[in-house]
Amino acid sequence: MTAAATPHATAAPRRGFRLTPAALIWPALLYLILTTQVPFFMTVYYSFFRYNLAIPGARPFIGLDNYKNLLTDPQNLTILWNTVVLAGGTLILTLIIGAALALLLNRDFPGRALLRTLLISSFLVMPVVTAVVWKNMLLNPAFGFFSWVLTSLGLPPVDFLAQYPMASVIAMITWEWTPFAMLILLTGLQSLPDDQIEAARLDGASPWQEFRFVVLPHWTQAIQVVVLMETIALLQVYGEIYGSTSGGPGLATTNLPYFIYQKAFAEYNIGLASAAGVITVVLTNVLAAYMLRLLTRTSRSE
Amino acid sequence: MKAQIRLRNTLLTLVTYLIAAAFLFPLVWMFMAAFKTEAQAFATPPVFIFTPTLENFEKAMGSYFPALRNSLIAAVGSTVLAFILGLPAAFALAVYPTRRAQNVLTWMLSTKFMPAVGVIVPLFLIYRNLDLLDTLPGLILMYTTMNLPLVVWMMHSYMTEIPYAIYEAAKVDGATVAQEFFGIALPLSTPGMAATALLCLIFAWNEVFFALNLTSSDAAPLSVFIGEFKTSQGLFWAQLSAAATLVVLPVLIFGWVAQRQLVRGLSFGAVK
Repeated sequence: MTAAATPHATAAPRRGFRLTPAALIWPALLYLILTTQVPFFMTVYYSFFRYNLAIPGARPFIGLDNYKNLLTDPQNLTILWNTVVLAGGTLILTLIIGAALALLLNRDFPGRALLRTLLISSFLVMPVVTAVVWKNMLLNPAFGFFSWVLTSLGLPPVDFLAQYPMASVIAMITWEWTPFAMLILLTGLQSLPDDQIEAARLDGASPWQEFRFVVLPHWTQAIQVVVLMETIALLQVYGEIYGSTSGGPGLATTNLPYFIYQKAFAEYNIGLASAAGVITVVLTNVLAAYMLRLLTRTSRSE
Repeated sequence: MKAQIRLRNTLLTLVTYLIAAAFLFPLVWMFMAAFKTEAQAFATPPVFIFTPTLENFEKAMGSYFPALRNSLIAAVGSTVLAFILGLPAAFALAVYPTRRAQNVLTWMLSTKFMPAVGVIVPLFLIYRNLDLLDTLPGLILMYTTMNLPLVVWMMHSYMTEIPYAIYEAAKVDGATVAQEFFGIALPLSTPGMAATALLCLIFAWNEVFFALNLTSSDAAPLSVFIGEFKTSQGLFWAQLSAAATLVVLPVLIFGWVAQRQLVRGLSFGAVK
């Protein structure tokens, strides 16, 4: 990308344009500033107040009390933990299954193109649809498909969403995100030149050595893209939880986005919801910036 | 030795097919239920062979159309707006790749790190004051925010692939910036525009957080419609499946067609 771009850089100043590049860029920039930065700073501002829409008039400044409340109440710590477990667990599972599928699809066999196409389906399904279909038709303890499978194997039926809520939600979201990992990882594999593999084989590399020293180093960038994009997306999971468990039972599957939705739109607790919003943004940015740095470092060294 | 390799390959292919079948099962199950009667949809043991009925689709249609209309308007509207704002920016960033341009690109990508929950509270209050709650323009504005960085990044990556010599030749002929933009950059990146538009449409179609918090009835798109199905008609599996099928099918077909471009868009061009 950058290699192709460098010749432009030297040529650009010589061109006497009336329409400056800035004039072309600013509308987009301004739009994003107005719709993301401005509201975010308002969120930060609200987070310092005890501000409840149900109690009009009073909006006392309470400093960092909302944050203190969020970060010390054990209940809220559960929610933070849930957010991390949900995102981390799904990320690991999608990476493993996605990588396995990518390796399997990177071979020549009949129906490969069709299979590749069909396998992206679950990623394209609307999250709310995923949630309602899984909740009702697959995980339902009495009529669900999985319970039927268990009982026909002679096992007792399981109320998945009540007994293993977090595991069930992770399974569901893994189903949704594995195609993404598969797709990116497969593209990464396919950009590996054949002669590199051949050279390794000629040198007598075992399949493991071939994977470890040829495929894996080439794969790192694709893996990092998956990690970065999924981290951002999975910390924001909302529709799946809204459609399946509504954060329950208890707080078992409440993550930060769902918690904020509840605080802001069910309890009208704008101050606390804002503080949780700020924490989510900070968490996402710290993780994403870290991943992005890893990403640019490897792509530069290549 | 050769027979062994062939056996291993056949086994691996078999495993691939099995995993694929497992992944497709929930969708197949949903499609099947859409054509069952309610009794068949609930039956244990599950019914695999049955006479398909279109009854569920007829029932689901009634409430489907207003939501479909809203989804279409919100998705198309936000895609168009994101293109109007994003194409010139992508063009400028591709043709003038200064250091600052790189920073602008990175910053735009970073707005994608902004979880919707970080902005939803003030947005809700602003929308309430501006009477934008439960309106399509309100929804379009936020979907544009969601899609704009994607448009800039994807189109930037397509436009940097246009050979610079073409611009140079146009310059010699005295072309203005507008002529370069409309005459060269846009026509030569049409395939990229198609891919980008498809992705924007899919993302806007599937979005639920803004939809749920910024609309209630008048402007509620399909994601909210399905979400409400869960509570009000949760026990009508066949009807729910029919509605869900109607919601999912267009996106599936779009996605299957555009799967190669999907990679580029989903990874912001980082993996090709």
